[in-house]
Amino acid sequence: MSAWDRFAETFLNGEVLARYLPSILGGVWVTVELSLLIVVAGILLGTALACLRAYRIAPLSLLIVVFADVFRSLPPLVLILMGYFGLPNVGFTLSAFAVLFVILTLTLAAFTEEIVWAGITATPKGQWEAARSTGMGFSQTLVWVVLPQAVRMVIPPLTNRAIAITKMTALGSVIGVPDILNQATTAQSFSGNASPLLLASALYVLLFLPLVIASRRLEARFAWRT
Amino acid sequence: MSEMNATDRVGGTKPPTLQLSGLHKSFGTVEVLREIDLTVERGQMVFVLGRSGSGKSTMLRCCNRLEEPSAGSIFLEGQDICARGVDLDKIRRRIGMVFQSFNLYPHLDARRNVTLALRKVLKLGRDEADERATSALDRVGLANRADHYPGQLSGGQQQRVAIARAIALQPVVMLFDEPTSALDPELVGEVIAVMRELKDLHMTMLVVSHEMAFAREAADRVVFMADGRIVEDAPPEQFFTQPSEESTRAFLARYSA
Repeated sequence: MSAWDRFAETFLNGEVLARYLPSILGGVWVTVELSLLIVVAGILLGTALACLRAYRIAPLSLLIVVFADVFRSLPPLVLILMGYFGLPNVGFTLSAFAVLFVILTLTLAAFTEEIVWAGITATPKGQWEAARSTGMGFSQTLVWVVLPQAVRMVIPPLTNRAIAITKMTALGSVIGVPDILNQATTAQSFSGNASPLLLASALYVLLFLPLVIASRRLEARFAWRT
Repeated sequence: MSEMNATDRVGGTKPPTLQLSGLHKSFGTVEVLREIDLTVERGQMVFVLGRSGSGKSTMLRCCNRLEEPSAGSIFLEGQDICARGVDLDKIRRRIGMVFQSFNLYPHLDARRNVTLALRKVLKLGRDEADERATSALDRVGLANRADHYPGQLSGGQQQRVAIARAIALQPVVMLFDEPTSALDPELVGEVIAVMRELKDLHMTMLVVSHEMAFAREAADRVVFMADGRIVEDAPPEQFFTQPSEESTRAFLARYSA
């Protein structure tokens, strides 16, 4: 057996692929669903926190900063394991899907908060002054003048972070969320063959490459018109 | 342009449009405004001159409380705008402000720069706001640029949109904070032309600027500030030809040289 044959046998085994394709495709749906939920909820929550922080109410800001710093420091896997294996001991039993959703949403929200906050503070003071001088209130100025500019400024880091965290849905495989990776590793151990993992990789690329490309277009779309 | 003086009442003696009385402002231990008394009567254009650091911008920014005065009072048509419990947003919609760096909203086109406050502050409907914006932009000669974004406009055009944004709210007074200082020399004229037109429409204006020729030609009064005080307050002819203070003379000698 040549080296190539051995490689093909291990990673491109048609028989194994055919057998496990349906279950892995089932995992695609779980990954897509989770990713969308996490991106939407995480970015909304993070943006809302950044806005709250703009009011500079000291105790509230402190809470937000502590939340953002803790969730940005902790590896999500640690939280996922604690949430899934630890919380039931204190009476909270969440499904694996729910644990993964909550932890990754909070993680993305923590990063989003910091990123959008950076955008808010980078918006020139003159924008606040111009809007306030026309009689707009603080909240109106934040929502209609500052936030649209802040978000435009931070779209590149924000999309990067959103993609990075969405990919972490693969961590769900350790607590039994039937996502792409979980289905693939199951198939791999049943078949003793690595082809399902290669398929999983291909599917991840297929899923996330369009997202990466879409984020580029989003950046171009929101560039200032000059 | 009678709508600019929406509060106009026939007869009776009205309080001055803007009156600063005993105004003080300190940043930390630095006193930047001391005992400022200044009155701007309705329809007047008052020019404020002075070296940088003399406190003129700070004084102007106190007039709509972008800077908080440390002491003293400011009256807008007789109402103390520093009084406790005053609704600052309501006050500010009656005071137009134009900034040195324009401060247009870069994510909105010219029309929506003007309509934003009309919609959100005055709560006008879209059609009415658009109509007012068109008329304000027309007033500054930019109705044909309504769908341009700030980044697509020259500095002079941006400043004219900024003026349109302020006059669309039909303020009782306009504050100009060095409106031409950030402009290339060839663009200064178009902004001054718009200000001259506002003056012809009897808009009340308080202007901080270094445009001496314009001050001399158009101002009703010229005020000179030094070290946080008003040292001279005179009609332009007198101010430029026979100022009473030595510091004014030194300033004028330096600038007209």
